[in-house]
Amino acid sequence: MKVLDLKLVRDVRRLWAQALAIALVIAGGVATLVLAVGSFRSLDETRNAYYERYRFADVFATVRRAPKSLIDDIAKIPGVAAVDARIAKLALLDIPGLREPATGQFISLPEIRKSTLNQLYMRMGRVPEPQSPNEIVVSESFAKAHGFTPGSLFSAILNGRKRDLIIVGIALSPEFIYAVGPGDIMPDDRRFGVVWMSEKALASAYDLEGAFSSVNLELLRDASEREVIQRLDALLERYGGRAAHGRKEQTSHAWLDHELDMLNNMSRTLPPIFLLVAAFLVNVTLSRLVALEREQIGLLKAVGYDEWAIAAHYIKFVIIITVIGIAIGSAAGTWLGTVVTTLFGDFFRFPFLVFTYSPDVYITAATLSLFASIVGAIRALWDVVRLPPAVAMQPPAPPRFRRVLPASFALDRVLSQPGIMMLRNLARHPIRAGFTMLGMALATAILVVSLFTKDTMEQLIDVTYFLSDRQDATVGFIEKRPRDVVMQMARLPGVLTVEPYREVPIRIRNGSIERRIMLSGRLPDADLNRIIDVDLRPVILPDVGLAISSMLAQILGVHVGDFVEIDLLEGQRRTVSIPVTALVEDYFGIRGMMDSGALARLMRESPATNSVNLRFDQNKADQFYSAIKAMPIVSGLALQRASLANFRETVALLITTMASIYTGLAAIIAFGVVYNSARISLSERARELASLRVLGFTRGEVLRILLLELALLTLLAQPPGWAMGYGLAWIMKTNLAGELMRVRLVVEHSTYVLASAIVIAAAVFSALVVRQRINQLDLVSVLKTRD
Amino acid sequence: MRDPVFSARSLTKTYTSGEVAVHALRAVDLEIFTGEVVVLLGPSGSGKSTLLNIMGGLDHATSGQLFFRDLELTGLDDRGLTAYRRRHVGFVFQFYNLIPSLTAKENVALVTEISERPMRPEEALAMVGLEARMDHFPAQLSGGEQQRVAIARAIAKRPEVLLCDEPTGALDSKTGIRVIEALLAINKQLGTTTLIITHNASIQDVADRVLFFADGRISRTHENETRRAATELIW
Repeated sequence: MKVLDLKLVRDVRRLWAQALAIALVIAGGVATLVLAVGSFRSLDETRNAYYERYRFADVFATVRRAPKSLIDDIAKIPGVAAVDARIAKLALLDIPGLREPATGQFISLPEIRKSTLNQLYMRMGRVPEPQSPNEIVVSESFAKAHGFTPGSLFSAILNGRKRDLIIVGIALSPEFIYAVGPGDIMPDDRRFGVVWMSEKALASAYDLEGAFSSVNLELLRDASEREVIQRLDALLERYGGRAAHGRKEQTSHAWLDHELDMLNNMSRTLPPIFLLVAAFLVNVTLSRLVALEREQIGLLKAVGYDEWAIAAHYIKFVIIITVIGIAIGSAAGTWLGTVVTTLFGDFFRFPFLVFTYSPDVYITAATLSLFASIVGAIRALWDVVRLPPAVAMQPPAPPRFRRVLPASFALDRVLSQPGIMMLRNLARHPIRAGFTMLGMALATAILVVSLFTKDTMEQLIDVTYFLSDRQDATVGFIEKRPRDVVMQMARLPGVLTVEPYREVPIRIRNGSIERRIMLSGRLPDADLNRIIDVDLRPVILPDVGLAISSMLAQILGVHVGDFVEIDLLEGQRRTVSIPVTALVEDYFGIRGMMDSGALARLMRESPATNSVNLRFDQNKADQFYSAIKAMPIVSGLALQRASLANFRETVALLITTMASIYTGLAAIIAFGVVYNSARISLSERARELASLRVLGFTRGEVLRILLLELALLTLLAQPPGWAMGYGLAWIMKTNLAGELMRVRLVVEHSTYVLASAIVIAAAVFSALVVRQRINQLDLVSVLKTRD
Repeated sequence: MRDPVFSARSLTKTYTSGEVAVHALRAVDLEIFTGEVVVLLGPSGSGKSTLLNIMGGLDHATSGQLFFRDLELTGLDDRGLTAYRRRHVGFVFQFYNLIPSLTAKENVALVTEISERPMRPEEALAMVGLEARMDHFPAQLSGGEQQRVAIARAIAKRPEVLLCDEPTGALDSKTGIRVIEALLAINKQLGTTTLIITHNASIQDVADRVLFFADGRISRTHENETRRAATELIW
């Protein structure tokens, strides 16, 4: 080994704490990118593989009752590759030990062959025998929530008749990766399950022999989804078809897509910021570290090494540190990526996981880190290597200090001597001080952007569950009911308030942009389910026109007062033009609302109701639940409390888990930066500080000079750090906003405080290390030798 | 013996330190001959170190000419000066300037690795009496030992000239004498032209010639009829 390389190894070992701190900053940046992109790609691949192997359909439609003879006609639609017609019905379940009623999505399984589309992945047991009408397969999440195994029993109210059912198998389906019950926004595994039973059994329960109520299509690769849907709608219309839709509007797919989108957006927003911040910090830090080697560089030149050999030596030095960082970051990122993939995979109940490791991510992260480090080293070497060796070997000439203030101003009356030294030192090195401050500000900023999601989630919960949807429960009916159902519900035990609403599927359009949404008609004075405007004030629904989600307005490009076209997709299908009269602040989905009277007039029907929101006395919950279980007209019951709990356990958990991981990485970066700033300041000024000690300053006084500067820079860095953090949070919020879910940017004061506290803790820790170093300063040798 | 190694004509150096302009050398004329031991005496700031640094290719002159044999040092760029230092010059500094992360032997090897016909590091260390301490790090060596490592490092490449800037400045008399002894032994064995800057006037007795510096000029020179041995020095 060459002697210079030996020096390299020993230098890295001597500076191990600093080298490790720098390596960790790099590792933080690299890990973020590897983790985010890796987990997103793995989950995306997993979903694609799942969809493909189990043939997830492309187009979905429901009808009241269509004859099976229609299947051939559907198959003949150009672009259709496969048709899967079946019976799908919602029914209330009565599960032993469960107080509340649960809802089952019943789906028929063909008798002889397997379903062509949306095939089941059997986790346990077998499919029902066609001749056994009570055998069922249930979805795994539902089975797990109740501890069901093959052989478990429960009953269901199918078409008004109670049936005892026996579980023979447990399965997963690509159609119900994200299984959400009617009226709910969150999956509730206890209270919603998918139930597959033999077609014969389900057909006889609903008098649908020789008919189907749901049809799914697989399309050829080059088929036009829009045209197929139009033709399918035309075929199904006279059988009570509701508008067919593609995957985009299929609940499970849409949510999954949203979650993956969110991960993807996170991976495109945070990691680049982290990596750039880390790269910048490493650049600054390494440049200062190399500058400290000025005298050794001078010596190497004096004994005959040329610039290239010296540059190569120091570049190797930074490469070693960077490579250590890249290695740690890649390993940690890969591991964290696996953890996140598994976490999301469990949440979605994927039957298998495909882990993808994309070399391009590692290469990008490594290249950027190396580039930043090497540029940092060259920046420092550029100045030092050009000096004649005789000059380089001497300490730098006394810097030209300036009076910060006019000479007449007696600074020493206001400040102690250490304070003056600190101020002059800052004024002398404004760029270095600026960079150090910027580094700390960025550390605070990435902490803010990692921590703010918690605030935003709490705000979302506040508005959604406490300001807007204040009902205890939502009861959905199998078919629309006349308005007098309100009286019937009000008489149920414990019920305090009932508010009906009517939902109609519509297509809303402005120019060429259209969306399929639910339009709900509600009482103008509804108090349980209130409409909240963008200023977070409840608003009274205007008696004309349409209120829409502000997100929808943004998508369509319309403002209050503009007209939109809507196609009514139920009853007498018509297309009408209606003005938008209000924008609604909501965070889940996109929807439209109007006065229930106005909607009835639009539908040309007498006032009707699909669902009611109600509030009930929690002390009479059991009686209330029993009464609901006995009502054959009810298709489902959504409970706000359960929904909120589920939200906290699922979406919020996923988001905050990701945020916690990012926070951890941000904290490591912050520590690395502050620690290195402190250590390098100490090295840069060791001689000066030792001189002060020789002059009789105490350790405490010397320490104060150094720490005063660190403290001042740390504190000054906080406000810009908060501002940058808010800006980054805004970018992230904007990137994460989607049609299914979005958030309002809220950064609580406590978040700023916590971010700053972490940075300040890093500073305090660094101060302790520096204190130990100052105690160990060997006065004589520092003054005498230049090494 | 009368063959000049260095010849300087009107060598001048002006530089600024902080905000002060310093005339370090004012038109110095000088010849140094092969195998000579020359001691440079004079107060701080009189120009000794500046002259030595320029002779060693560590610094540029502002004007004038300086030749190393036929090579005009004042006409060389950085690359040329690096090659010159690498091939011909050995340095010894007051503060040793050893690389702290390398052992004595490795500090010497740092130079032998890039030289054309070096001695082995062990051999060089033996010449300064440190063969037993060669695996020690600088921090494990006394000041005198460190300075002798620096001398071993300087001579290991068999330089034609050895430039020493206050080699005993940081040492006590006993160790200082050992260091001077080592320098003279090398001058004797290898015939290396040796220039020694010192504040210690008694060292002048070991020289062939003594140059007295004042205010950037050589104020007078003195030739010793006989050189004393280092052990005879009265410190």
